[in-house]
Amino acid sequence: MAEPETLLHVEELHRSFDVSLPALERLLKGKKRATLKAVDGISFTMRRGETFALVGESGCGKSTVARLVVGLYRPSAGRVVFAGQELARLRSRKAAAPVRRRLQMIFQDPYASLNPRWRVKRIIAEPLRTHRLVASEAALRERVAELLLQVRLSPADGEKFPHEFSGGQRQRISIARALASNPEFLVCDEPTSALDVSVQAQILNLMKDLQRELGLTYLFISHNLAVIYQMSDRVGVMYLGRLVEIASAEQLFASPRHPYTRLLLDTIPSIEATAREREPVAGEVPNPIHPPSGCSFHPRCPFANDRCRRERPELINAGRTLVACHAVEEDRLPRARRYTVYETSIPQPQ
Amino acid sequence: MLEPLLRVENLRVELPTRRGVLTAIDDISLAIAPGEVLGVVGESGAGKSLTGAAIIGLLEPPLRIAAGRITLAGRRIDKLPDEAMRRIRGREIGAIFQDPLTSLNPLYTIGRQLVETIRTHLDLSPAAARDRALALLAEVGIAGAETRINHYPHQFSGGMRQRVVIALAIAANPRLIIADEPTTALDVSIQAQIIAMLRRLCRDHGTAVMLVTHDMGVIAETAHRVAVMYAGRIVEIGEVAEIVAHPRHPYTRGLMDSIPRIGGRRQRLRQIDGAMPRLGAIPPGCPFSPRCPEVADRCRRQRPDLLPAIGTEAACWLYDKMLLPEKETLDG
Repeated sequence: MAEPETLLHVEELHRSFDVSLPALERLLKGKKRATLKAVDGISFTMRRGETFALVGESGCGKSTVARLVVGLYRPSAGRVVFAGQELARLRSRKAAAPVRRRLQMIFQDPYASLNPRWRVKRIIAEPLRTHRLVASEAALRERVAELLLQVRLSPADGEKFPHEFSGGQRQRISIARALASNPEFLVCDEPTSALDVSVQAQILNLMKDLQRELGLTYLFISHNLAVIYQMSDRVGVMYLGRLVEIASAEQLFASPRHPYTRLLLDTIPSIEATAREREPVAGEVPNPIHPPSGCSFHPRCPFANDRCRRERPELINAGRTLVACHAVEEDRLPRARRYTVYETSIPQPQ
Repeated sequence: MLEPLLRVENLRVELPTRRGVLTAIDDISLAIAPGEVLGVVGESGAGKSLTGAAIIGLLEPPLRIAAGRITLAGRRIDKLPDEAMRRIRGREIGAIFQDPLTSLNPLYTIGRQLVETIRTHLDLSPAAARDRALALLAEVGIAGAETRINHYPHQFSGGMRQRVVIALAIAANPRLIIADEPTTALDVSIQAQIIAMLRRLCRDHGTAVMLVTHDMGVIAETAHRVAVMYAGRIVEIGEVAEIVAHPRHPYTRGLMDSIPRIGGRRQRLRQIDGAMPRLGAIPPGCPFSPRCPEVADRCRRQRPDLLPAIGTEAACWLYDKMLLPEKETLDG
């Protein structure tokens, strides 16, 4: 492969939700319509075989992006182009099915995402039947067994029901279901957030192994920066529906540029720093229905000035990082604390 | 070490079921001194929340304390009648739970809830109680307490609600706070604020804190000592710095290794294969033996008690008859 191939392209993606009161109540209380801009103009590109992570606090819109990418939501504006095809333009189910097959999702809660009344073999077989990927019942059984082995479960587990499994095992079942249709691209929305750390390690290792074996591309959503450091090649940091910084994982952790990225890195409880005295940053994520003017981070930003309160920053090139910050552009930020980071040692798919 | 404020000795909690009696907490002992934060860490189902619930007398029936004793400042509290225990909760022991929404009454303003709690436990006039409520809100970092005191829980964000819950927990100046996953539902930047506040309370008021969480990072930054629980037992207990740097029990080592970290080489995470046994299926001997990389025959037969293990105490036969220099043995 000469040039890394672009597999996913997201362009000026917007998605708003109507959060107005019911019409009559609105009239009586004299309130206006209210919209929540969950995703407010996001663009990024993903190469085949890479892991791109989105990180941010709750309500920043990262899960909405995940759902837009797999087509669970339609964009209010902007485009999601997967392997050269724009998903939202494929009007009929029939036209969309071949693209859908190549693009699957793993959800956060393995307790809610598996049908409790179905046996595991039926859960995993569902995508195979939907997309008519197997010719006979015998082939179906064989493929289900193969998928169970692939996620390090045993074929006999297919006869059981989801409640007979632990959280980690259920997440393996979700992964097997996602892999059933031979996808190239997996959207993983907080895949390990509901799991205990020792189980999380098992699932993250499994995901890395599968990526290497099958050449998968991951869009990885998480609020846990340590998990993101371990898993991803490139990282996008989101705040109130916008990307504020995009960089390679090494670059982002070695020299974070955006003040919000720095805040996130500074606030992670660290195992090495026992009883570290730290100055927590005051303030919280503002209400996204009434986002602040200008840069939406300015009320919490120690470096905000008049321009930040007025003018919304766009992503600009700053060295090897894309960052949306006036202070970076004007070069008035102090140096950040750095993590010692080695150049990539994540095994790349061949 | 100061005389412990809370002492739990050989506590056993049982769960009677149709198929027999299950042991949810099996013979655990711990102590917390005034001004000390004891972290209790473990995976879901390890029994860490049950330990907290047993101490404040909020075990849900049919769970019951089957053996052992719990003393608070020398007074035995595990056998108190409900009414006496209710007076101790709030006055002597404050509780903070994971979900601030379920700890607050949605129908009352937070001011009313605070004043009611304060007047239940302290002999104050309504006006004095209100003043104290305002002071508490300021202490937990809620700006504009004068207005906020008249607001309902739904008018607060998650982080602010947890501050209100903490204000309620410390309203009567309790000597012990049991905090069960107090930051788990919160974003990291808010989490840092809450942790800093807990530490300050502990330092300024000499409050003892039992911090129950699955997040080793939170423990490392907040606690002085930590107890690691596995399958209803304490498998290791000691100073935080020691356990983080030199975990001795094979389970603690596996747990520490499986935590993803920032910085350094990115490689496969070390994982402990298998899962913690369910309550009904805890193996004889050491409960960790089926997953333990250093398992020996004896581990499958005989249950290890906590043994001195170079700077910590670990329930592991590896440390049996280990000859330790005098100065390295720890007191409880």
